[in-house]
Amino acid sequence: MRNIEAREIHEAVVGLVTQAARHLPPDVNQALAAALAREESDSAREILGQLLENAELAARTGLPLCQDTGVGVFFVELGADVRVQGVLPEIINAAMVEGYAKGLLRKSLCHPLTRKNTGDNSPAAIHVDIVPGDRLTIMHMAKGGGSENMSRCTMLTPAQGWAGIKDFVVRRMAEAGPNPCPPTIVGVGIGGTFDMAPALAKKALFRPVGIRNPDPEIAAMELELLDAVNDLGIGPMGLGGRTTSLDVKIEMRPCHIASLPLAVNVQCHSSRVREVVL
Amino acid sequence: MATYSLTAPLRDEDLRKLRAGDVVRLSGTVYTARDAAHKRLCEQLDNNEEPPFPLQGAVIYYVGPSPAPEGRPIGSAGPTTSYRMDTYAPRLHALGVKASIGKGKRSQAVRNALQEHTGVYFGATGGAGALLSQCITAAEVIAYADLGPEAVRRLTVQDFPLLVVNDSHGNELYAKPNYDL
Repeated sequence: MRNIEAREIHEAVVGLVTQAARHLPPDVNQALAAALAREESDSAREILGQLLENAELAARTGLPLCQDTGVGVFFVELGADVRVQGVLPEIINAAMVEGYAKGLLRKSLCHPLTRKNTGDNSPAAIHVDIVPGDRLTIMHMAKGGGSENMSRCTMLTPAQGWAGIKDFVVRRMAEAGPNPCPPTIVGVGIGGTFDMAPALAKKALFRPVGIRNPDPEIAAMELELLDAVNDLGIGPMGLGGRTTSLDVKIEMRPCHIASLPLAVNVQCHSSRVREVVL
Repeated sequence: MATYSLTAPLRDEDLRKLRAGDVVRLSGTVYTARDAAHKRLCEQLDNNEEPPFPLQGAVIYYVGPSPAPEGRPIGSAGPTTSYRMDTYAPRLHALGVKASIGKGKRSQAVRNALQEHTGVYFGATGGAGALLSQCITAAEVIAYADLGPEAVRRLTVQDFPLLVVNDSHGNELYAKPNYDL
């Protein structure tokens, strides 16, 4: 067994939270720059130019990229040979709270009905998987509400198959239009159970832009969906253009013979993800 | 498509000349309000209480800024998605509000209100919160402080870059998705 101190995890998570809010990942930055080179419409070029300037300014000044610094979402892979000194979700939540306070990040969580703000951005949304090995991998996403609201989950019939999946995803992005801050990144979860499909869709958003699913058949589906979404012509901020989405990511797993669970998790252009391996 | 420099509060003659697609550099005073603040504002109106800011000519910015760093008036401050305020917007336009700033689509009821009461809906670039905050020179919480990021703030803006998305003549700028919805 390998021991990992609570302090080490705490410091790593504070770093993830504060850095994610200010630094656009290099793959997203490159994708926006590539889109700018490809776009012909003036408004699309103007918007993409502003987003690149915004990313540069945030990194330089320490201001958050977006005022919506999101829900603190964590996907954690805990090696079976790791012993954590403390209760892992509690350590992560406390570190997230400290990171949001120290980083001058907006506290965006509230009671769902009274709408009273929890005041410290807690609780974090934490998914823990136990995996082989003696390492602890913590993936963090600052997930904004505007794009999250455009996400949907459904239960298709097996007969609907790929055609049904494609129609649901493309229709969703057409209906979402300018609302989720395009160019988006689209996470698609196929299979599992009712609860698993959205988690697959969200986890898919951690894969860097341009990196395909290792299964060639799923990789081909990703590209087919990306083309279909970009053919919508919604463009950056809904003002028209070729770049409605920067990428589509699919994660898939087996499901019940009666079911075809499907989830679409929409990510805005400000895709703030970071990872640390302890 | 034209570019205009306007000063808020806005007047009808400012708005009638604007067409969807025009660029506006806005200076002057705007008020922040988003979901919970709109609910409270309308509850105050229901109770015949004075609203926390003058509605006549007002520009409402749908934003919940991040906390201000030392030496700056405000943190990041980009627009939030506007459709969540569609429930409240027609009533506010009927009471004199002239414009809102946000991102994303508006309902038919809001578009009708813009035509009926000579208003416009401005789009700002979503997610460009660091960049847009540079155009805000002063910020002060004036109501509902307990709402934290959703409190109503009086902002002074200088050359804030906006696009006219919905004008007072029934036009809309957004691209129609190439899909049979």
